[in-house]
Amino acid sequence: MMVPLFSSKLLLVLLFGTLFGLVLGVLPGLGPTTGGALILPFTMTLDPLSAIILLTSIYCAGTYGGAITAVLINTPGTPAAAATCLDGYPLAQKGEAGRALGMATVSSTVGGIFSVVVLVFFAPILANLAYEFGQPEYFALAIFGLTMLASIGDGSPIKNLIAGAFGILISTVGKDFMTSIDRFTYGINELSVGIGFIPVVVGLFAISEMLTQSTLLDQVFKRVALKAVKLPTKDDYKKTWKTILRSSGIGSFIGVLPAEGGTVASLIGYSEAKRFSKNPEEFGKGSVEGIAGAEAANNAATGGAMVPTLALGIPGSATTAVILTGLIIHGVRPGPDLFKEQPEFLYGIFGAMLVANILFFIFGFFGAKIFARITLVPNKILWPMIFAVSVCGTYSLSQSIIDVWIMLFFGVLGFFMRRYGFSVVPVIIGLILGELVEGTLRQSIVIFDGNWLMFLTRPIALTFFILSLIALAFPLIRSKKNKKII
Amino acid sequence: MNNVQDKKRANKSLPFFLRTEFKVFFSIILVSTILLISTLSFDTVPPILNRGIQPATFPKGLLVLIIILTSIIYYLSFKRPWKKEKDLPKPFFLTIISFVLFIIISKTLDFFLAIGVLSVFVSYYWGERRILYLLLVSIIFPLVVFIFFEMILGLRFPPGIITNLYYY
Repeated sequence: MMVPLFSSKLLLVLLFGTLFGLVLGVLPGLGPTTGGALILPFTMTLDPLSAIILLTSIYCAGTYGGAITAVLINTPGTPAAAATCLDGYPLAQKGEAGRALGMATVSSTVGGIFSVVVLVFFAPILANLAYEFGQPEYFALAIFGLTMLASIGDGSPIKNLIAGAFGILISTVGKDFMTSIDRFTYGINELSVGIGFIPVVVGLFAISEMLTQSTLLDQVFKRVALKAVKLPTKDDYKKTWKTILRSSGIGSFIGVLPAEGGTVASLIGYSEAKRFSKNPEEFGKGSVEGIAGAEAANNAATGGAMVPTLALGIPGSATTAVILTGLIIHGVRPGPDLFKEQPEFLYGIFGAMLVANILFFIFGFFGAKIFARITLVPNKILWPMIFAVSVCGTYSLSQSIIDVWIMLFFGVLGFFMRRYGFSVVPVIIGLILGELVEGTLRQSIVIFDGNWLMFLTRPIALTFFILSLIALAFPLIRSKKNKKII
Repeated sequence: MNNVQDKKRANKSLPFFLRTEFKVFFSIILVSTILLISTLSFDTVPPILNRGIQPATFPKGLLVLIIILTSIIYYLSFKRPWKKEKDLPKPFFLTIISFVLFIIISKTLDFFLAIGVLSVFVSYYWGERRILYLLLVSIIFPLVVFIFFEMILGLRFPPGIITNLYYY
């Protein structure tokens, strides 16, 4: 069956998603994760393919959009653009903002398209492998995904693990899905259906950011003037093509790893660009290689992160956790069966991601100046509006006022978590993986007749457990270098 | 360089219970312990219906894990004290108060009135003094959002003194 990707409706959805994603990416504090969560209720009016195309185009464009703010006001629009500030802003200060944004746009597009190719080739392979997975293997895989939280970019490894465990704990609130016994409901009827994903995501990202912004009111952004975005010169291409390709590979690989995302990818892409550069001394002073390394990697992570999301139902990043929720809400169950039963749906997503990358190139190239103006909207106007949308969006999904209060609770909690160095991303990943972890654990124990050691007799599960140990050990080894465990 | 970093870190002369790391450790342990105790009151299923483990076992395991990991970060903080955070500014507390106001008004009077009150409160205390902009965030924008959700999503908002004017 042909994918009606170029139907006017889907193109319109793609166009809107890309523009909305760019706006979200440009606004510091917002981003594709918060934006995706806020728009999730609206997707209920769309068919599943349009809904997921909307979310994925927001993801692709939002990841790129962060670079515009990083270059022009030295504040990453999204965490994934943090490494872009290091060279983007110094280059802009030298009067070459157009060149910096041109390099960011080209490398983001190449990274994004590269990752879609990776997605098209590797997702079906991974899905085929997943046919061999039983409950114990899925349990081991989910544990691997959770242990990977230890090494995500922001937050310390142990704090990330605590946050991940807390996320899983939230997923246990409500009726136990196997025995229907109430857990942590304390007689509140509304809690017996559990705590929804949207109130937690909107609270942890949007509301906690609103509180963070309330502490930064005296902050003044200095925006560098931008005349027009310039395509990189022949010399720039000569200097950076290897970096772009390398970072695209790195970003795609990091993206495929469960729970890792664009932030880690861009940091590694940037440091590898510096390591391989003939002019490492230029890094931090406006190196185009630095911009290319970070931007190609963070956009390459988008397609990569979709691989485990679609093939296994394990989110590759916080935003893909939102996309995964979108899939589930629309009755699409990610995993190997999806590849067998609904290939046209998947090709629709692949095609849409490809087109989204081309669209944000066009919008970025010709419209960066306009998008940069969005950063001028004062916080005192912007955040009350975001609050209104957050409240209505959260309420709309289950039409429950309790959800709004849960959102506020997680907003305050998220603020204090971030203040004391706990990343909120692991909570989201833990929450979405919680049911999978508990369900597969309990079913595995039934299969093994209560003998836990039987896990070690399953080669795939054992491999994932070994990988989990490596994932846990990696930050400890790294911390020997920079002494950051707590 | 290290000296500078040390200066930025928490003042070791503070009594241990006033240090950030202790407050965080204590809060997490306290909440986890309360939750752990509450798991003791979960119903149990008879062995014939029990799928692998009791419903309370998994959350108990998680809470014990959280307590162990929190104890580790507290222990490690003796070697490397945490950075001292800046005091929270007045607008932060006003924003929290606006959340409380929102909950009270949305429960007793009206959901959209609550959004309007919060918006004007936050916008004003964050520094906005222009009447037009205050009207924009407190009345016009919530109205647009209401109509959008009502018309496009067909959503029915909870009854209240203002919402009822639209519905009845």
